[in-house]
Amino acid sequence: MRGKCWIFLGLAVLSFGLAFGQEFPRNETLYISGAAWGPPTDWNPFITWSKANTSGTVGLIYEPLFFYDPVKDELIPWLAEYGKWKSDQLFEVKLREGITWQDGTPLTAADVVFTYELGKKYPAIYYSPMWDYLESVVSVGDYYVEFSFKRKPLYQEFMNNLYNIAIVPKHIWETRTEEEITSGANEKPIGSGAYKYYAHGPDRNVYIRNEDWWGIKLLGLKPAPKYIVEIRFATNNLALGSLLKGEIDLSNNFLPGIATLASLGYVKTYLPKPPYMLSANTAVLFLNLTKKPLNDPAFRKALAYAINVDAIIDRAFAGLVSRASPTALLPHLSKYVDQDVVARLGFTYDPAKARQILAEAGYKDLDGDGLVEAPDGSKIYLEVTCPFGWTDWMEAIRVISESAQAAGINVVYRYPDYGAWNTALVTGTFDMTLNNWASLSNTPWTVYNLLFNHPIRDIMGSGNFGRYNNPEIFALVDELAATPPWDEEGMKSICSKIQEIFLTDLPMIPLWYNGLWAQYVEFVWKNFPGDYEGRPHWLPCTWAGYWQMGGLHTLCVIEPAK
Amino acid sequence: MTRYFVRKLTIYLLTFFLAVTIDWIIPRFMPGNPIQTMLSRAALRAEAVEVMRGYYLKAFGLDVPIWQQYLNFWKAVFHGDLGVSVYLFPKPVIKVIAEAIPYTLAILVPAIILSWIAGNKFGAFAARRKWLDSTLLPMGYFLTATPYMWLGILLAWGFGVALGWFPIAGGYSFAMTPNLSWKFFLDLLWHWFLPFASLFLVMFGGWAIGMRNMIIYELEADYSQYLESLGAPRRLIRSYAFRNAILPQITGLALQMGTIAAGAVVTETVFSYPGIGSLIVQAIQNQDYFLIQGCFLFIIIGVLLANFIVDIVYLIVDPRTRRGMIGEI
Repeated sequence: MRGKCWIFLGLAVLSFGLAFGQEFPRNETLYISGAAWGPPTDWNPFITWSKANTSGTVGLIYEPLFFYDPVKDELIPWLAEYGKWKSDQLFEVKLREGITWQDGTPLTAADVVFTYELGKKYPAIYYSPMWDYLESVVSVGDYYVEFSFKRKPLYQEFMNNLYNIAIVPKHIWETRTEEEITSGANEKPIGSGAYKYYAHGPDRNVYIRNEDWWGIKLLGLKPAPKYIVEIRFATNNLALGSLLKGEIDLSNNFLPGIATLASLGYVKTYLPKPPYMLSANTAVLFLNLTKKPLNDPAFRKALAYAINVDAIIDRAFAGLVSRASPTALLPHLSKYVDQDVVARLGFTYDPAKARQILAEAGYKDLDGDGLVEAPDGSKIYLEVTCPFGWTDWMEAIRVISESAQAAGINVVYRYPDYGAWNTALVTGTFDMTLNNWASLSNTPWTVYNLLFNHPIRDIMGSGNFGRYNNPEIFALVDELAATPPWDEEGMKSICSKIQEIFLTDLPMIPLWYNGLWAQYVEFVWKNFPGDYEGRPHWLPCTWAGYWQMGGLHTLCVIEPAK
Repeated sequence: MTRYFVRKLTIYLLTFFLAVTIDWIIPRFMPGNPIQTMLSRAALRAEAVEVMRGYYLKAFGLDVPIWQQYLNFWKAVFHGDLGVSVYLFPKPVIKVIAEAIPYTLAILVPAIILSWIAGNKFGAFAARRKWLDSTLLPMGYFLTATPYMWLGILLAWGFGVALGWFPIAGGYSFAMTPNLSWKFFLDLLWHWFLPFASLFLVMFGGWAIGMRNMIIYELEADYSQYLESLGAPRRLIRSYAFRNAILPQITGLALQMGTIAAGAVVTETVFSYPGIGSLIVQAIQNQDYFLIQGCFLFIIIGVLLANFIVDIVYLIVDPRTRRGMIGEI
């Protein structure tokens, strides 16, 4: 009797599993993966570090004044109809008329002023440093906003923030306490964007299209999917399996073996040929300059020549990435690379040259084990780390360690857990580690502000983890920040000076461009952007910070496959 | 009888007290500092760092001396307020756990109970049938020695990918949101089946082997031989033997409770099943003091409770224990 019960229950479960329908109609839902790192816990645009888990918060639900298109390198007026510099110290923004919040209230200049002024009131808001040079943000009527500056502003930072600061509704946020604004969860968010919050679970975010979105009328853009379900897979192979079966449409995960699958046609990618992926950020090997012998520029130079980047590209990424410019700038900003400086001071993979540099600097192999000792005779032991589980980086640091050892430098690889790795990174206790926060942006300043972040503090949370202390380069980075965007020649000349010092000292080593991982299948949706005949050029990326760099536009150009 | 219970309860309370103290101590010995983690994530400028540091110290109750933190922890335990998670800031720990616990209980409790019942029945059945004993019991050895996650991956591949009968990830379909409907309930069951099966099968093997050995031992005992020689029917002998054989299995069940928590952790990771197991792994990897504390507290309470229940069951089932207590000091 009991046995029969089990068989019956089993059959019932199976048959129902095959027979039930779905709540979200498949042909109206876009399934994506690859953005979230952890369970969604807040939809607060002011808690920046958790936005990866609810990446649609800025871009889908809340919107900034402008969007940015990295392919064409131009700012796209979004909530703003236009923005112009009326003088060196006055920036005027005209808002579009007819924008409403998702609760029906009109969006006006008062909301913009309120949002920017939050940075003045609360130092914990991430853009509060802007108020060092911002004098005031005032509304002129309902649709004009004037930003006036005390003195020459940090133009680069200001322009960069134009497509990152999400405008929030004054009538909802003005009654909140400081605690709620800076650390509240902001559940049931009301933004101005094309999608509303619908549901979430520990491994998913669901958004539903805002049928009253202003962009439908004012921009003539309508996102095609009614529902977006963003899934967080525990492991990448689950994502790969789902993608191949068509259970997800677009994946922004790094998936192993994609190069082979793309060449065989099982998945599609942005580029039809290797490296298949666009570049999203620069993977930089940070060296801790507070430790010997990493404080010796000659040693660092030798290390740069010793690392076999091609092997990394081959073994760790199967050809999905490309070698980075030694200046760390991404390809779309290549106009700011001084090719002359690179020709003189750049480095390539050359173990013989590495050994020569080491020998000239006094590093000799005293005990015959094939590894050099420091000029003062002390043994060299360095650890290169990356978080455990990041399989591509784990392989990359294995290559780094092997090629360094082949050139005589004793580097071993370690995989601490993410928490421990992150703590070591920002508190400066690591030896050598990878970091790729230097990502796509509208200005070379963001990269150099990350690499040469200053002043040096106990916790370096925003860059310069190796604590490179060079007042000359810090001054140049500040000068770059203060250079107006219309002064391209000025920017180029400062970048050239920065690159000269950077490549002479080499406090960190740019290795490769990490990819804008994007692969899709066309069972349910087609016309994804890509470098194909007649296809749109937008970046098909759903990571946090990328919805306003092409992600939302991708939703507007895809079409149902049937 | 009461003395027995009082003694048992005292032991349990002592264990609870020690376990909770250790639970409180462990995260504090972990390298890393949750405030530091929070601040470095926020990437703030110098002035803001100090403001936020003060705020976080208060929010996490770390601005009081250590002994007071310890007392506060006990107070919190009895109020059910386990603090705020660092990894899932600003969600309270109790809410995080409350959302994950149903999934873990759903795979653990049926797996433990059903595997125990089915394993014992099967072991007893197979004990005296030569063909079953020699073919299927080796399977039992194999199953019990199999690591949970390996069997999980095998099932996921076989039934999930190759045959496509079951999903291999998640607690419920990505096309649904939780609601009170048959459709959703069946979807939950559909996702529940493979994680449950991988726990069930491994434990089943263990119980089957154990029971089979106990039955054979009992059937060789003097009273069984005597009954047989008197001509008693096989069923009667077997039913006596079964009741005697089941006693060590009950003890084994109590011991199993502690170790099964580890099984749940790996199984949930393999299937991306959103239970306490996955939560613990993520909390440890992200050095979230309070979430680790909270999860382990639940496991401590669960294991102690389960042990207590098994103790009572043992009392009910074994008359010798009841008799023996009268003579106990």
